[in-house]
Amino acid sequence: MENQGERSIRWIATAFGVSIVASLGLAVVYLLGGQPQAEGALLGAALGGISVGLVLWAKHLMPGGPEVQEREIRPEVAEAQAEVEETLQAGAEPIERRTFLAKMLGAAFAAFGIALLFPIRSLGGAPGRALFRTAWRPGSRVVRADGSPVRPEELAVDGILTVFPETHTEAADSQTLLIHLPEDVQPPGPPGWVPEGFVAFSKICTHAGCPVGLYEAESKKLFCPCHQSVFDVVDGAKPTEGPATRPLPQLPLSIDDSGFLVAQGDFEEPVGPGFWNRGRDD
Amino acid sequence: MIKRLTQWIDDRLGASSFAKQALNKVFPDHWSFLLGELALYCFLILVLTGVFLSFFFDPSVSESVYRGEYEPLNGVHVSNAYKSVLDLSFEVRAGLVMRQMHHWAALIFIAAMFVHMLRIFFTGAFRRPREINWLIGLTLLILGLLNGFSGYSLPDDLLSGTGLRIAYSVVLSIPVIGTWMAFLVFGGEFPAEQIIERLFVVHIFIVPVAIAGLMTAHLAIVWRQKHTQFPGPGRTEGNVVGEKLWPTYMTKSMALFFGVSAVVAILGGLVQINPVWLYGPFRAEQIPSPAQPDWYLGWLEGALRLFPPWEIRAFGFELPNPFYPAILLPGITFNLLYLWPFLEAKLTGDREPHHLLERARDHPVRTALGIAGLAFYLVLFAAASNDLLSKWLKIPVESITNAYRVLLLVFPPVAGLITYRLMDALRRTGAEGLMHLPLSALTRRTQE
Repeated sequence: MENQGERSIRWIATAFGVSIVASLGLAVVYLLGGQPQAEGALLGAALGGISVGLVLWAKHLMPGGPEVQEREIRPEVAEAQAEVEETLQAGAEPIERRTFLAKMLGAAFAAFGIALLFPIRSLGGAPGRALFRTAWRPGSRVVRADGSPVRPEELAVDGILTVFPETHTEAADSQTLLIHLPEDVQPPGPPGWVPEGFVAFSKICTHAGCPVGLYEAESKKLFCPCHQSVFDVVDGAKPTEGPATRPLPQLPLSIDDSGFLVAQGDFEEPVGPGFWNRGRDD
Repeated sequence: MIKRLTQWIDDRLGASSFAKQALNKVFPDHWSFLLGELALYCFLILVLTGVFLSFFFDPSVSESVYRGEYEPLNGVHVSNAYKSVLDLSFEVRAGLVMRQMHHWAALIFIAAMFVHMLRIFFTGAFRRPREINWLIGLTLLILGLLNGFSGYSLPDDLLSGTGLRIAYSVVLSIPVIGTWMAFLVFGGEFPAEQIIERLFVVHIFIVPVAIAGLMTAHLAIVWRQKHTQFPGPGRTEGNVVGEKLWPTYMTKSMALFFGVSAVVAILGGLVQINPVWLYGPFRAEQIPSPAQPDWYLGWLEGALRLFPPWEIRAFGFELPNPFYPAILLPGITFNLLYLWPFLEAKLTGDREPHHLLERARDHPVRTALGIAGLAFYLVLFAAASNDLLSKWLKIPVESITNAYRVLLLVFPPVAGLITYRLMDALRRTGAEGLMHLPLSALTRRTQE
């Protein structure tokens, strides 16, 4: 028995000793400029030493139990409850007698509650038509993220480019994929929208709004990496797989007199994920 | 010394009778009773490391050119939020360890709460008189999810920005008020500039205060009602058998705090987590691939991936696709969980107070339903990485998605039925555990 106790003491002291050494080491590492792995390991040893020491101490050198404690079964419950009820009712009586005042107070609270809602309005502008429009306008030049305009000859066949309307490269809702389809492919959309095989679709997934970032030139399909929706470019970017329900809206393109790609106007329907009144652009 | 301190305090507060009662309070001993404590201590670590992080983090999204220790991003335009996380990771001494500890502690925090909830569920510890604490505990879990997501989004990196974008689309999908809600929460059309600053307030003030307050109430109620215990020799509905708070239980509990801190420290120092410098700063037209959220949102991500391309449209109005998996599903999930203690009491007619726990076998129907539910969410969770699985197995992602859809419908009832049979057999034979179950017990039908 004596032996057992002494052995425990030795182990516990060792654990605390490890902790002390690790803490000192941690201070040294920190003073020398810090090193994440060493910091983590030493901090772990410092904390772990204390933990192990405490566990052994509690297990071997402290009263273990089992202790038994009565759980109070409260016999006075019913009586006490009745008293509370009575007190509540007695206090409520003078309030209930003034029904008119009580109603007015209720109305005042309700009115105040409604008034309190208005500051919430300051948190954001009204949605208005924001979700129905993007920054594309008739004649907007098609530019890259760095603002440089795009000439048809700059994008190879089967090439893809993320583009924005000129001067609006920060407009997240206007991000558009420009794709150069080969000649032997019948391009989607009205013939006047796809000069020289250049098609453009909104880059925002119609499912949950992620950028539809992957294009497979061989199958002419766009993939959304978020939830694996697949859009068939040749078929007007209609979804063929995954949770998306609507095609990516198509941007009408043309080429201006200086030979740059331009938009003929905005997308004809809202881009991006669905919302309650998406179908009511009025 | 102890004498003088006791006297000084008692003279002023008259706390001696409470203190005596408290120190002698008996706590039942079982490893599974430590899960709640584990969550509590994770929260403590989160507060400690989080305070340190908050001194260095800058929630502003105004942009500047990065010039710092991390070479590959030198000269890149980044937000101040992103830059401050990089500086914290590479230039502040011990900053990276603190940041990684914070993230690891958050993952363990939510896991501990979740497993704690499972323990409560499968042992029937939510039954009268403990319904209030079930409600509080579930609220804590939801707040934990909220704070996990809000904190994860703060660094303004490409991965978390993608998560925010999906969250915005999900809010947008709510019928009637969705667009207004999205604009009010985010400050305008995504990506509005205010969101990081708002999430910062939510993450370091609003939710943590709510968690701290509810945790206090949670513990006070446990204290008041006394802990449940498993049945055993000498244990009755009218007593508590275990160890006294002072000194044994308190010492063990402190050991648990230091132990989980040690694990978190080692993970934080040695196992990289959320390396935002690899993801790059958030850009609205860029996307990481593959992209997975932190583990606790996996079920929602999986649901978004598995839900078929369906939505309801009529008269120009619509209920968009993300509404069903990301609003309706969690709505049903949490409402069912909130109502569970009351539903079960109604269905079983058992409204008696209980202080002795049940074993899983004591209530085969509950256990089977619980396992079926778990199986359902497990499939959703697994489906959140359908793209990774597709890459590893070289099977088209559509086939994997379809397989998961079938599994989602088949696996839960099968798991539930098997569980029911096993629990029923255990109950009838009284076998100690599944390994001790005679085979004949499984083939014979219940005769009751």
